[in-house]
Amino acid sequence: MSATTATKKSDPAPGPAGKKVRQPRRAGWWLPYVLLAPAVIFELVIHVIPMMTGIWMSFLKLTKMFISNWGNAPFVGLKNYQVALDFDSSVGMGLLKSFGITLAFTILVVGLSWGLGMAAAVALQKTFRGRAIFRTLFLIPYALPMYAGVIAWKFMLQKDNGALNHLIFDNLGLPGDKPFWLIGDNAFAAVVIVAIWRLWPFAFLMLMAGLQSVPADVYEAASVDGAKPLRQWWNITLPMLRPVNMSLVLVMFLWTFNDFNTPFVLFGGSQPPAGDLISFHIYNASFLTWNFGSGAAMSVLLLLFLMVVSGIYVLFMNRRKDNA
Amino acid sequence: MKLRTFAAAAAIAALTITATGCSGGTDSGSASSDGKTLTYWASNQGTSLDNDKEVLTPQLKKFEEETGIKVNLEVIGWNDLQTRIQTAVTSGQAPDVLNIGNTWAASLQSTGAFMPFDDAAFTAIGGKDKFVKTAMDTGGVPGEDPTSVPLYGLAYGLYYNKAMFKDAGVTPPTTWEEMVAAAKKLTSGDVHGFSLAAGSYTENSHFAFINAAQNGSEFFDAEGKPTFTSDGVVNGISRYLDLMQADKVVDPGNAQYDNATKAVNDFATGKAAMMLSQNNANSSIASQGMKDDAFGVVAYPAPAAGKDVATMVAGINMSIFKNTKNKDAALQFVKFMTSETTQAALDKPFAALPVLAGVTPSFTDNAELAKTFSDIYENKSKPLPLVPAEDQFESTVGKAMNQMFATVASGGTVSKDDIKSALTTAQQAVEAAG
Repeated sequence: MSATTATKKSDPAPGPAGKKVRQPRRAGWWLPYVLLAPAVIFELVIHVIPMMTGIWMSFLKLTKMFISNWGNAPFVGLKNYQVALDFDSSVGMGLLKSFGITLAFTILVVGLSWGLGMAAAVALQKTFRGRAIFRTLFLIPYALPMYAGVIAWKFMLQKDNGALNHLIFDNLGLPGDKPFWLIGDNAFAAVVIVAIWRLWPFAFLMLMAGLQSVPADVYEAASVDGAKPLRQWWNITLPMLRPVNMSLVLVMFLWTFNDFNTPFVLFGGSQPPAGDLISFHIYNASFLTWNFGSGAAMSVLLLLFLMVVSGIYVLFMNRRKDNA
Repeated sequence: MKLRTFAAAAAIAALTITATGCSGGTDSGSASSDGKTLTYWASNQGTSLDNDKEVLTPQLKKFEEETGIKVNLEVIGWNDLQTRIQTAVTSGQAPDVLNIGNTWAASLQSTGAFMPFDDAAFTAIGGKDKFVKTAMDTGGVPGEDPTSVPLYGLAYGLYYNKAMFKDAGVTPPTTWEEMVAAAKKLTSGDVHGFSLAAGSYTENSHFAFINAAQNGSEFFDAEGKPTFTSDGVVNGISRYLDLMQADKVVDPGNAQYDNATKAVNDFATGKAAMMLSQNNANSSIASQGMKDDAFGVVAYPAPAAGKDVATMVAGINMSIFKNTKNKDAALQFVKFMTSETTQAALDKPFAALPVLAGVTPSFTDNAELAKTFSDIYENKSKPLPLVPAEDQFESTVGKAMNQMFATVASGGTVSKDDIKSALTTAQQAVEAAG
């Protein structure tokens, strides 16, 4: 199927000289298409079709009355969007609050993860004894299965028998009552810490890889000219890492803003308001009340927001590159 | 070149076949149409998922010997059951027969995914009259063919530690006021008068309902519209919350107890003198080393001026998915599971009250305990609202209460206005989905 379509397109393609020359098909011309086909099919099945279904669902009153027979769900146009964006109602207000929390969460997590990753990558740029050990150590959170890691944090953050409170209050002997970490306002700090723990090794790995391509003689020349390490970092490392940073920050932003697993595993069935991240909020909006149309509308709004932000980011970055 | 092309083509073919094989495997759940294999989702009734498997497997073998129908069993924990059912309803990839919390019966009925038990179906499983009426009433929306039948009966009771009561010189309470006074007396240091699963939304919503019912208030009106914000409801929740907030007889750490077992463990290990639990707690209590005669049970008391409601009609029902290709086999299986012999074999390990009329409770050897729970179940119970939005009541109100307990536990206060405003939010969410 894809092969035939492709043939039609490729036939009238201009030859190397600019004239339309019909070339005989080379043996195995179909191979690239066949090799691409599984990826395209799976991309359609796993990403594109569910996304389209989600957009379609957002225009339906898809409550439990209709869930076993979607075809009967009445079309409600933009009503689900109106409810989600009506900030006077509790549903809209809840979404807005969750959006604010997620924004703060994302800025903190991406910012601090990037900072930590950069610091560690620069620190490990020069060879010294034991460098490999540090590299391995730093990558452990990234290598651990995510659920196992977050569940371990969940245990450590328990109030009465968690390792963190034990360390702070029993071992270090700080005065005061042991606080809750997973309920109440501290939940925000808890989810930020766990998300950073999970994310920063990725930043470290990418930046470390990027640093390999910065030639050492540039630094040597700079230090001969009297540039101090900070100056070298600012004027050499950062500009040289620009291409890496561009995609790194975008990817980290998207992952973090969309993060579902961390709050889901950390807080279990009921997330505290302070840790009400948007993916989990939308999940709850759908599954608590079986209101999948409304949940789909919120998801589409999230998708639009992320697309707009990504688009602006890429445009802005490309323009700066052109100007440079 | 030729060889490489050939190899690549072969690899792709192999991949495609594997992929098809995988997708073929996933829907094997209810796919067999020969009527000889059923898929059954059981809820977690014993001390663990494995324990449930151990208890059920001999019965399923027996059923296979009698009828030639093989049953594929999957035991699902309570945290996942509702989501799994939602997914099954949505996708149509469902088991043939499954257990549901009986409080969800009306909600699940409204999805239209479950088979209604009409007269023919009831005849096939041995008649509607074989069930206790209290239990059968939870089968679905009143006035319609129910989509579930009772399997295990459960009721809440107030468990108390006999030795601790004796040492403190208090007697088992018969009113709310006595209960709080006893709990205060029993709270000192690390030991608390009460343990609550204050982070479990299901437990919280159940007690929102029971405390409101003691005040004569309902969560839904006759038309099935939510009435979450009435004074009776607010006061009921406030009273329950005050066990931690004002009376301080519950350890604030309980706000993180997201399932009932954690509260049971505190009780069984002597960290709390009282707890609220359904009658299936016995096995968990025993597994913590507390002897059967070390605790007693009384009905959860209402305030002196309140209505005598001590529990909702709790329990597990059985449903058949409408799209099953094995309807006859499924009915035979439901008949088998709700037969006197099978019930007698399962009531004890799962500590369930009988749902069959005229059967004496066998969930415990303690006659007094059996009598107390039978009395609570039959005379002091009230069914949760039999309306389609019942499950939304449980999730929205229950989760709102989780937050209230969290606020109290982390040093804040929750006023009646706060409760009312949280309930208004919950009600709006339910109305938006209605």
